[in-house]
Parts: sequence; structure tokens; C-alpha cells
Amino acid sequence: MKLDSKIPSGPLAQKWDKHKFDMKLVNPANKRKFDVIVVGSGLAGASSAATMAELGYRVKCFCFQDSPRRAHSIAAQGGINAAKNYQNDGDSVYRLFYDTIKGGDFRAREANVYRLAQVSVNIIDQCVAQGVPFAREYGGLLANRSFGGAQVSRTFYARGQTGQQLLLGAYQALCRQIGKGNVKMYPRTEMVDLVVVDGHAKGVIIRDLVTGEITAHAADAVVLATGGYGNVFYLSTNAKGCNVTATWRAYKKGAAFANPCYTQIHPTCIPVSGEHQSKLTLMSESLRNDGRVWVPKKKGDTRRPDQIPEEERDYVLERKYPSFGNLAPRDISSRAAKEVCDEGRGVGPGGLGVYLDFADAIKRLGEDTIRERYANLFDMYEKITGENAYKTPMRIYPAVHYTMGGSWVDYNLMSSIPGLFVIGEANFSDHGANRLGASALMQGLADGYFILPYTIGNYFASEKQPKPKLDHPEFKKAMEGVQALTKKLLSINGKRTVTSFHRELGKLMWDKCGMARSAESLKEALKRIPELRAEFWKNVKVTGEGAALNQDLEAAGRVADFLEFAELLCLDALTREESCGGHFRVEYQEEGEAKRDDEHFAFVSAWEYQGPDKPPILNKEPLVYEEVHMSTRSYK
Amino acid sequence: MNLTLRVWRQKDANDPGKMVEYPANNIIPDMSFLEMLDVVNEGLIAKGEDPIAFDSDCREGICGTCSLVINGVAHGGQRGTTACQLHMRFFKDGDTITIEPWRARAFPVLKDLVTDRGAFDRIVQAGGFVSVNTGGTPDGNAIPVGKVESDLAMDAAACIGCGACVAACKNASAMLFVSAKVSHLSLLPQGKVEKNQRVLSMVKQMDKEGFGNCTVTGSCEAVCPKEISLNFIARMNREYGMATLKGADIKGRSGD
Amino acid sequence: MNITNIFNSSVGKKFIMAITGMALFLFVVLHMIGNLQVFLGWEELNRYGAFLQGNIELLWPARIGLLVVVLLHIWSAIKLSAENRAARPVGYANYDPTAASYASRTMLMSGLIILAFIIYHLLHFTVQTKAINFTGRDFVKLEDAKGRHDVFAMMILGFQNPLVSAFYIVAMFLLFLHLSHGIQAMFASLGWKSPGYRSLISRFALIGSWAIFLGYISIPIAVLLGYGSGYLNEHGYLKGVLK
Repeated sequence: MKLDSKIPSGPLAQKWDKHKFDMKLVNPANKRKFDVIVVGSGLAGASSAATMAELGYRVKCFCFQDSPRRAHSIAAQGGINAAKNYQNDGDSVYRLFYDTIKGGDFRAREANVYRLAQVSVNIIDQCVAQGVPFAREYGGLLANRSFGGAQVSRTFYARGQTGQQLLLGAYQALCRQIGKGNVKMYPRTEMVDLVVVDGHAKGVIIRDLVTGEITAHAADAVVLATGGYGNVFYLSTNAKGCNVTATWRAYKKGAAFANPCYTQIHPTCIPVSGEHQSKLTLMSESLRNDGRVWVPKKKGDTRRPDQIPEEERDYVLERKYPSFGNLAPRDISSRAAKEVCDEGRGVGPGGLGVYLDFADAIKRLGEDTIRERYANLFDMYEKITGENAYKTPMRIYPAVHYTMGGSWVDYNLMSSIPGLFVIGEANFSDHGANRLGASALMQGLADGYFILPYTIGNYFASEKQPKPKLDHPEFKKAMEGVQALTKKLLSINGKRTVTSFHRELGKLMWDKCGMARSAESLKEALKRIPELRAEFWKNVKVTGEGAALNQDLEAAGRVADFLEFAELLCLDALTREESCGGHFRVEYQEEGEAKRDDEHFAFVSAWEYQGPDKPPILNKEPLVYEEVHMSTRSYK
Repeated sequence: MNLTLRVWRQKDANDPGKMVEYPANNIIPDMSFLEMLDVVNEGLIAKGEDPIAFDSDCREGICGTCSLVINGVAHGGQRGTTACQLHMRFFKDGDTITIEPWRARAFPVLKDLVTDRGAFDRIVQAGGFVSVNTGGTPDGNAIPVGKVESDLAMDAAACIGCGACVAACKNASAMLFVSAKVSHLSLLPQGKVEKNQRVLSMVKQMDKEGFGNCTVTGSCEAVCPKEISLNFIARMNREYGMATLKGADIKGRSGD
Repeated sequence: MNITNIFNSSVGKKFIMAITGMALFLFVVLHMIGNLQVFLGWEELNRYGAFLQGNIELLWPARIGLLVVVLLHIWSAIKLSAENRAARPVGYANYDPTAASYASRTMLMSGLIILAFIIYHLLHFTVQTKAINFTGRDFVKLEDAKGRHDVFAMMILGFQNPLVSAFYIVAMFLLFLHLSHGIQAMFASLGWKSPGYRSLISRFALIGSWAIFLGYISIPIAVLLGYGSGYLNEHGYLKGVLK
């Protein structure tokens, strides 16, 4: 496979403008001749579907939720970055670009990230115009807060529900187009295969989750906006329904999968309470603006937090990273928490937790201010743990939160299959090895509102591939494949439930390929995963029938994909013999800090599928830094 | 904890359905309500029985997917809490818990506890938006918005569209949902421009979907996981009255 | 103004309900104030009665107006209730009305009983149908010392029947229930309920409905306790002197 990133030539700051001019356009009257399928209705999916429909394309949008408004983008709490410099604190497009590249540990493409920073300012304008109720100052202007990994205040927010409000903005824009008949929406449907005709993505196979009916849909291009694969760890902050199925099945049809080992562990989640746990709940990182992370200095200190005097507390992040303190980036903060817990200084049941203490902030600003800033988070914490965080410090622990890896895409967000575009968290493009807080929303909307709608036109205008008819043999083949898979899952009738496999896989991944990875642990995982997969196909029990609403069957299909995908994730982690961002290999560290190897690993790993029993091929896209100097990421 | 569940089972939209009793044993108070159901379902699957179908996704109280009427109360009765955030410590050992789906003509049951809430989407499609295309928008700070209005708009915008208001209302009225969207947008200068057409179109679609009427009982507000205020209903009524008096025209609106 | 909106939409029908409700509430207040003149003595009450009856040009438009208002109130109630019922074809096995007060859940029932009462009340004191006043007398023929219709005597006689009084008191209790929810719902339906006034309105609703209840029942209770029997004696009503 030849990977062509298609990065435009010219100076960094002018690449996108130049590219926009160079791209071919589709005449407005011709746009309505093009059908686009969008899978997923989160920030990226909804915004792109709405924008493409506004431009005149005929759009079909699919989502597995019962309404496009429920996509998991909704759960993002903290905020969205934009280089507006409204606070006059020295922010600029260049600084946001640099922070993002550095935050990503120099494993992202310069050109993509620069474009992201440029477009960020338009996103805020767009969202304000849509009626997103961003927080305001008394003078009526937009308020900002600071966020991990940045020393300027550039994060826009809507109480603790920024993701929800941005998604509702995109959802409303999408609804407007649905109402106008420009978008046909298919809720409660799942993409189960991609159809490739003559090397171009030309359609999808869809399972209706209510009737179980399997249908084929043809289009001139397919857009995947299907989110991340964090649920390969079973326990993550992702929604229960999040899955890797769309990008994984596209991978098996030839769409290279990039950097699967870059998984982000979020430092501020509510600790696990027991075996029954079905998901983890994130407390927004914005809490670290006012909360101080600490653990007792003494091992196994079981005193109540208020009985531990100041001098016996270790404010871990402030001690280790004095200039960023509690706002150190996510990977670094997570690892710091893991370290102290491994030392036996963790707090709470099982010793898997650190305190996030608001006592000082409450003393300084008053409880009312803290309440105004974080009331919903404190309430949520109390609902889950039964503890009042105004009175006693929160307990937090890291959890899988976001996945930087995803389908490989070029500068146009097109995957290695022409006509298949991948946007939002589902692609690998902008965050390198680690994502900064409040950047996921930015990327999803940048891709959906301002990038894909341009670049997809260039594809239509330059590749004049006809849209195939539904009776094309490729559709028939894909349909049969899907039907056979359903039949097989239902016929095994073994002893173990789908969840038990998922739980076991997740635990294995967390232990062997979680916050700290080693060649040894990864090899163990690589040995165990195929065994577990084999057992799944022999011993899983899926109840019910295919032609009906069957949540067990839905889960089975997704877990089957996770069982394959997990292997690629571990393989990628094993191959990347360095520590960078969310990927931490214990063999590669210096004084406890991650040690990157720019000489040998400054590339994107794009894995190419070879067949069910063949190892995938590793393609390398070198990362060339023209503008920034690759430095050791230091937040000390 | 050991509990007895009385659960609505309905094979599909055409099945009449009935309440079925299940034991739920060895439940831990730290479990969420849905995790308790997961445990029951694992047991059913192991026995080869069809697990209880229920909707859930984010399980952190924000996506609005979960939709259970627990002991007669939408989301179970803990103030400002979705069913997924309701924890078993809220119940007592030995309790019998009834679990039913949202009940409304506009929300037909698809299976067991799963309902189709597409009516809400269609109401938003009828006018719950600001008519702006992508691009060409003024700077975010070009139009100042007072903090008070902005905060109030946010209060309304916090609605997660779960439908508990409909489920709890004795008339299955959707007024709280609709008024929250109407108020969110009309409180902001960006949305004020088309507020007359918006309220008329959205109410028209709401009526078409077959929801009941508002008797201002306050049940919706009481069960709303985001504690959306009943005041928004009054606000929408006022807007509807003004729009009607002005004779605003909704022809050409997408939902019309 | 788009009048069809008002009659077709859910919100519009609630406007009708609220506006007619408000008119009826005002009528109930005025009617009560008029009736309470019974405590000023027969002179005043009968003067008031003669005043009302004396202006046919005002009386009939007012009566027709009231009738229209009542009919619209009933029409919207029936229409809305039917829609409400249709909105939930399958009910809950276990339903907890949470914040919905008893009054709010029984508006239709209290309204219908009040309607039955109003019909009786009109026959009793307005049409003055002899058969239903259970006194054996024809109220039409009561005349006071000044030759006016003796409204005072009619009220006293009417309420001296404990069953009739009991029915009045029960009906007024239902009116109280109906108003305790209806007044605040009226403000909400018309959109006059903004956050700052919310508690003021609920207090007004509560005080208003109590005042009406107590004001109206004070008359039959006073009569049952003996108020006015002296007047009846004095004028020979009890001796059967008059027909």
C-alpha cells in the first residue's frame, strides 16, 4: 500500500487556503446528483451531514442510537478550544497549533494540526450563531477557562455540558436539513459492512436494529464518523454502545488502520466500585483548574482525608510538574496517579484512587463559585459514590477515555480506500499520541463543518466514478456475508454470555496494554486474545433471533470485532518501541518520564489487512516536521 | 440485596405485552439500576431466555437514552437523576420494583422497555433550530448576550430529550420538552429572529404527534433529570399567544 | 390573528380554557360579593336583586355572554380531555402522579359536578322551579314589604333545607378544588407566570380559592345556624300566611 498524505506544498500557514483554492469544485446544480452516506451522528457526523446537505448533496445519515442527538459526543463536559485570544493572554493560531503538536508528543501531522487550529475560530462563530449557549461574562461576551496542557485560557464552555450543547447545535442543523428533505435520517441502524466497487467505497450494508432487516445502500461516497474504540477495554468512559465495528469492517475491506495503540487514559474518573461495573464515569478535566491532586505521603494510610495534616500530604502533580501543576496533560497526570497507587499510596477501596481536593478553592472563591462552575459534576459524583465533594475530597482514578488512533486518512480526510472518508474520533489525524483536553470537540466539528464538505467535493469533481446499482455483485456478496455472520452468531449456542467475553477481553487489555505496556505483557496479550476469540466462536451464547430487536446479537457482533481489533492494538503497541503520549512502554523511560525515539519512530503506523489468518502489513508514513522542532515534552 | 422485579415484557410493537416477575438476587447497593438489570439479563441469557430489552447508552445521565418508569415514576424518583444514575442504595432489601416503559401514544413500544421517541426528533425538525448555514457567521463576540439571558437559555438547553416529562404527565404531554427548546432559542438574540414561526411550527408538530395537553400539574418538572422548570411552559404559551396575535405565517417552514 | 390556531392547537385550546376560566372566576367573585349582601339585611339584598332584574338590556346580554363562556369552557374541557385520554392508550400498571395534585387530576370530575350543581342552582334560584326547592313554596311569588321580589326570604327558605345546603357546600368545596388548581393553571396557560411571580401566583390561587369557598358557604351555614329565621317569622312566612 502506498500512503500518500497529500499534504499541500507551500508554507504551513498557507497550506489550507492554497488547498481550498486548488481543489476542484462541484457546480451547485450538479451537487444534488451526488449521494453521500454518513455513518454516525455525533459532532463530526451530524455537522458534516448538515453542512453537505446545505451545500446541496443528497445525504443519508445512519446512527445506532434512537436519535441522532444521543451520540456520545454529548457526554463531553469540559469545553472546546479555539484560538480566539479573547482573553488577550497571548493565544494565537500558531500557539494552539504548537500546543496540540506538543501535547500529541510530536506524533501528529503538522499540516493537519495547523489547519485544525486555523478552523477552530470559525467553529465558535458557527456554534454561537446556532444558539449554543456558551458561558458569558456579565458584559455579554464569551467566557473562557483554562484546560490541561495549555497556559492560556482558550476553552469555551457551556456549564458542564459543552459536548451536549455543541451536539445539539449540530443536531439542530441536521434536523433542519431532515425537515427540508435534504437528509434522510436512519436512527436505530448499524453499519455492518462497507461495499467497495472497483476500488472505491460505494455503499454500506445496514442492519435495522428494530426489525433486524439487512439492507444495502449505494452512494457516491461514504463517510464514517463512528467514534473511537475505547470500549475494547470493556470499562471506559465511552457509552455502552460505542464500538469499532464500522472502522474495523472498513479495515477488512482495505482501509488502513493507524496508530491503534494511542489510547488516552483520562486522569479524572470515578474509581471502579466492583465487578458489576458496566462503564466508568468521567469527571471533567476542568475540575483540575480548582482541585488539587494529592495522596498521603505514607503508604497504606487509612486515615480519613481531613485527618491527614497538610505536611503529610503529597501534592503529586504540583511537586513533579511545578509549572503546569494540576493542569499537566492527561497522560502525564494519569501515569502520576498510577505510580503513587502502585507505590501503595492510593486511597479508597482497593487503593485505586487519588484525592482531588477542592478545599483550598472553596476557601479562596467560596462554595457558591465552585458550585456555579461544577455543580453538575459534584452532583453526579454524589449520585454515584454517595459522597459530598464539597465536604470531602473527590476520589479519582484514570480510565480509558479517548482513542487517538483510527482509520488512516490523508489531508483530505480520505482513507486508503478512495471515496471512504473518516472524520472525528474515528480517524487518526490530529492528536498524535495524546489529545489535549477540549480538543476532541474542536476536531469533530472542524472535520464536519469546515473540512470534509470541501474535500469531498474535490473527490467528486476529480474522480468521476459512477454510482453502482444495488444489484451489483459486491452488494450481494456483502449482504450474504452479513447474513452468514448473524446466522453463525445465533447458532453457536454455547455456555458463556457475550458480556463475559467482553469483560475478560477488557480486563486483559487494561492489565496488559493499558496505562503501562511492556513487550512481555503485550506478548502475553497477543497469545491470549486469539485463544479468547476462538473460545468466543465456539462457546458464546446469543439468544433470540436475527429478524427482531435483539440487543444481545448487537453486542455479540461488536464484541466479535473487538476480539479481532484488540490483537491489532497490541501488535501496534508491541511494534512501537518507544513511549509517546498515551502509549507508555515501561522499557522506554528516563527517570520515570516517557522516552520518545524520534530517530526510529517518527512515523504513523498504518496497518493493512491481509486476510483472516495472515498478519497485517505495517505501512509507515513518515512524520516530517518543517515548522516545529521536535523537543522533549516537558511540563516541569 | 434481594429484590423482586415486575417487568413489562412485550415481544414487539404488535404484541399486547404483560407484566412478568423476576427475582433479582445478590444485588450490591453500589450498582446502578441498569447494572442491576444487566445482572438479571446475564442470568436470563444463561438460562437461554430472551433478556429484557431496555435502552441505555452513556450511562452517565446525559444522553437521554435510558427510559424506565420505576415504581410508577419516570427515572425512579431520585430528584434530578436519570435511571442510569439511580443507584441501588436508593432501594431496600426485599423491595418489589415495577419497571415499565414510557407510556404514550406518541412513543410506541418497540420491545419490552424500548420505545420509539422519534416524535421528539420530528418536533425539532419542524423548527427547533436557528436557520443558519455553515459559514458566513459573524464573530462569536459580535452579539453580546447578557449573562442572565444566557444562563436562562442554558437552563432550558440542558434538556436531554429523554421523554420522562411525557412519561410522567397524566396526559402524556410533551410541553416541557417543546417549551425548553423554544425557550432556549428564543432567549438568545440569534434565535429571536424566527421565534414566532418556530413556536407555531413546533407546537403544530407536537399536536400532530398525538401528545396530550398540559394541565400544569408539575409532574414533568418533578421527574425531569435536568430539572427543567415549568416556567418555560408558561414562557412558550406566552410566545405562542404573541405569535398568534401577530398572525405569524409558518408556510414554507421545513416542518410545514 | 390566526383564529384557527386558537381552536385547533393544544396551546390555543388551553387559552380558551384559561380565558373562559378567568371570566368565570371573575363572575364567581362578583356573584359572591353580591350574595354576601344577605348579611346586610333584606333591604339591601332585595334592592340588589331588583337592580339586577331591572335592567333587561344588561341582564340578557350578560346571561348570554356567561352562557357562551360556560359552553366554551366545557367544550375545551371535553375536547382536551378526550385528547389526553387518547394520548395514553395503554396505562401504567403502577402510576405515581408525583407532583400532580389531587385537584389537578380531578379537574374534569370536579368541573362536571359543578356543572350539575349550576343547573340545579339556576333552577333553584333563577328559574325558581317549585318542584326542586323542597319547601313546597313557589319562590316566584315571594314579595317583600316594598313589593320587590323577596330574594332574602328565598335564600333563607332555600338554605333552611339541610340537604340543599349540604349540596351547596359540597359543590363549593369542589369549586374550591377546581379553582385551587385552575387559577394557577390559568396564569400558566396564558403565559403570565414568569419565575418572579410563581410563588405569588400560587399564593393568590390558594387564598383566592379559599376565600371563595368560605364566602359562599358562609351563607348556608349561617342560615342553618338560624340566621334570617326571625325575618321569616316577622313576615309571616313560617305561619303560612303568605302563599
